[in-house]
Amino acid sequence: MEYYEEPNARVALGLRRPEPGDWYHGYPEYHVERDDDKCIRCLVCVRQCPYDCTFYDPYRHGVYNVHENCVNCRRCEFMCPTSAIRMTKWGAGFRDNDNWKQKTIRTVYKQADSGAVSLTGLGNDREYVSYFDRMVIDASQVTNPSIDPLREPMELRAYIGKKPERHTNPPEVYPNLKAELPVIFAPMSFGAISFNFQRGLAMAAKEAGTYFNTGEGGLHPDLRQYGDHAIVQIASGRFGVSLDYLSNAAACEIKIGQGAKPGIGGHLPGEKVTWDVSRTRMIPEGSDALSPAPQHDIYSIEDLRLLIYGLKEATEYTRPVSVKIAAVHNVAAIASGIVRAGADIVVVDGFRGGTGAAPAVIRDHVGIPVEVALAQVDQRLREEGIRHQASLIAAGGIRSSADVIKGLALGADAFYIGTAAMVAVGCTACQQCHRGRCSWGITTNRPDLAPRLQPEVAAERLTNLLHGWAHEIKEMLGMMGLNSIESLRGNRLKLRGVGMTQVELDTLGIQQAGL
Amino acid sequence: MPSMRGNRHFIRRPHQEKDISACGIIGFINRDGTRVSGDAIIRSIANMHDRGNGLGGGFAAYGIYPEHADAYALHIMYDDERAIAETEALIRNTLETEHAETIPVHPNGTVTEYPEFRRYFCHAPDVEERDADEYMVRLVMRINAKIEGAYVVSSGRNMGAFKGVGFPEDLAEFFCLQEYEAYLWTAHNRFPTNTPGWWGGAHPFTLLDWSIVHNGEISSYGINRRYLESFGYACTLMTDTEVVAYIFDLLVRRHGLSFEQAATVMAPPFWQDIDRMPPDEAAEATALRQTYASAALNGPFAFLFGYNGGLIGLNDRVKLRPLVVAERGDTVYMASEESAIRVVSPDLDTLFYPVAGQPVIARLYSETAEKTSVAHGGTVHGN
Ligand code: SF4
Ligand code: SF4
Ligand code: SF4
Repeated sequence: MEYYEEPNARVALGLRRPEPGDWYHGYPEYHVERDDDKCIRCLVCVRQCPYDCTFYDPYRHGVYNVHENCVNCRRCEFMCPTSAIRMTKWGAGFRDNDNWKQKTIRTVYKQADSGAVSLTGLGNDREYVSYFDRMVIDASQVTNPSIDPLREPMELRAYIGKKPERHTNPPEVYPNLKAELPVIFAPMSFGAISFNFQRGLAMAAKEAGTYFNTGEGGLHPDLRQYGDHAIVQIASGRFGVSLDYLSNAAACEIKIGQGAKPGIGGHLPGEKVTWDVSRTRMIPEGSDALSPAPQHDIYSIEDLRLLIYGLKEATEYTRPVSVKIAAVHNVAAIASGIVRAGADIVVVDGFRGGTGAAPAVIRDHVGIPVEVALAQVDQRLREEGIRHQASLIAAGGIRSSADVIKGLALGADAFYIGTAAMVAVGCTACQQCHRGRCSWGITTNRPDLAPRLQPEVAAERLTNLLHGWAHEIKEMLGMMGLNSIESLRGNRLKLRGVGMTQVELDTLGIQQAGL
Repeated sequence: MPSMRGNRHFIRRPHQEKDISACGIIGFINRDGTRVSGDAIIRSIANMHDRGNGLGGGFAAYGIYPEHADAYALHIMYDDERAIAETEALIRNTLETEHAETIPVHPNGTVTEYPEFRRYFCHAPDVEERDADEYMVRLVMRINAKIEGAYVVSSGRNMGAFKGVGFPEDLAEFFCLQEYEAYLWTAHNRFPTNTPGWWGGAHPFTLLDWSIVHNGEISSYGINRRYLESFGYACTLMTDTEVVAYIFDLLVRRHGLSFEQAATVMAPPFWQDIDRMPPDEAAEATALRQTYASAALNGPFAFLFGYNGGLIGLNDRVKLRPLVVAERGDTVYMASEESAIRVVSPDLDTLFYPVAGQPVIARLYSETAEKTSVAHGGTVHGN
């Protein structure tokens, strides 16, 4: 029986512990509860689990788990035809201790087991304050009427790019992205994500009149047709960059940093570099795709200017050029420098942004929240009188239409959504993206797993998400007595803070609720 | 000086907050330049008595100072002697004054406590004509921002604004407006929803010869204000109307846009309409919207904008506040209510409700090539 060949299954049949010295797996976190009365032995859960924790024992004619391996991705629970599976936490865990929590102890075990950097996926999962959740929105009462979006036009269109300072005859015209709603799919590279997911993103972007971002992994030839809706990235690894790649796209984006891992480059393990990934990235099959931490031709702001204008020259000034940075302490000054260097779009990526793979210590401790970064950048650019020279995209931590509304009021022109898009197509936030075997077919190109997500299904779900958000944004605009997002952009009077200190309120440029 | 009893302050603004108010507005222009007394405008605005609550009213009148037509007429209100001394010292040092006097007032009705009003007819010395306006604007802003207890009500040539706390008909009597003659009058009756007693907060709001009376609440105020601040405007009054005036100033005086273009910026056409325009028009509208997105006024409003050459009426782009326009001979009326027009001119040649977001511009004949009706779109009916 093939099930005996699975190492963990063998372990499970014989020994309880996976291996001596593997203390991390020595203590299970989750418990896959299976109701044996309900189980029909269809073995769906066995086939669906990519983390080697479910097996069939022909002698007992039963289905069992190696709970230690379970990551609580909930795929088996979701797929079981008889609802026989219920995920629970394993027992009491370690003795209650707010300082030495389960996660903290387990991380130490893992490192003592392996001596390696502890890798993780998705975004910062720590309990930092969420400023989005401490801001509340205004509404019209009596002195001005709210507007009913079902009866009146409500405008969500955003032009993203440089604008002239003043009108002239004939007008100065700069290339702009035209998004029918201010929400764009965040950079997620082919290789880190599956081809099907990227195709779904491209299809949904086209359908909804917005954009998707290729990330640093190049543009697959089959997605070339979606070029009008593609923002293509030029990252430190320069994967997949060619003249055609640049000029076939709607915009080019220089990736300096990523909110989930500021200051370090991308890492795509060799096992994720399939033939398709290799030809798209223009690297040998099976080789690790390691992007350098910095762009090695950008050691300072003047170098950035050269690259910005290099891209503008290459695309003959017909495309906006974006520069994406991680939100870090000095972000306002950095963003100002980027605008002065000629960027048409600045993307500020907050510390809650997701990643395909990052050291947990960096994901969890480096960078600042996008809310404060956005507020400070917008204010600085206005003070310097250069706000019109670039649009501002906020990324990293946008979970809902309410976050979009609040971010608009703080001053962003548009938003990137990455994790929200993944969740829309099935992601359960299990934080295993770095392992390349996402059970939902999102962050994997393994031939047995990737087909779990079909592009049409992904596109439909993503389009639904955008439509739902668009409706909610319209409702909230109408409620504030506004009928266009440009009248909300930077309109901080529409926000109030709850439970913040005066310094926090001042940093966000908003007032205390009740005032 | 009966006003300066006790410690009442009429000028210091009461709140950090944006001022919220609703109102009635009326204005008319005799396009042939014929000057008429304040009688008609007073009857008109009094007819809309219930649109205000006695906490604010005001008037702007054009052509009232023919004997000082070339001088900037500064109307200033004062809280106390110190403010007067300080302001007059500044005026002495920066301007050439042709004539100065107290503005005659006549307390009555709801207007019993009031600040001191004076006017000065001045020239900007050694400043080129082109720069004189900028010079005056800076001076006015300096007085308003720096001198506590002094507030410049208006500063244009051959025009003046009169405003305060009270019902407009009482204020008209207070300022003896029957005795002034103007070819263009506007008036405002205010219904503020917060602390009364701030004379500076009444309409019209002015900048040189530009005056605005406004009914509405600008929901985009937060961003309009931040946008203007990045061009150096200090929005100290916390009123929507101030923002409208500064946007006009930025667009028309500093950026050289036409009044029509400025109206497109303030009440922009919807994208869905722009997408259907002929390419040239669409390109211009798109460029204006993109460039001046943060200057667009969102929320309910109707305002009348007066200047030496004419009168402009504009509604928000979904017409959430009333505005009706009528013509009779050479006179064009614009008001919140038809009754305010009919009360002074029962028979009208045309009457129409302007299309949302489209300006109605009534210029003096001396400013236009031909005499045409101001009517556009909307429902036009004669009488
Ligand atoms: S999927 Fe459900 S029914 Fe099928 S084997 Fe697993 S537990 Fe049993
Ligand atoms: S499929 Fe996911 S939830 Fe189910 S056992 Fe495997 S790892 Fe655990
Ligand atoms: S994308 Fe897949 S692996 Fe990553 S968190 Fe979501 S479900 Fe887990």
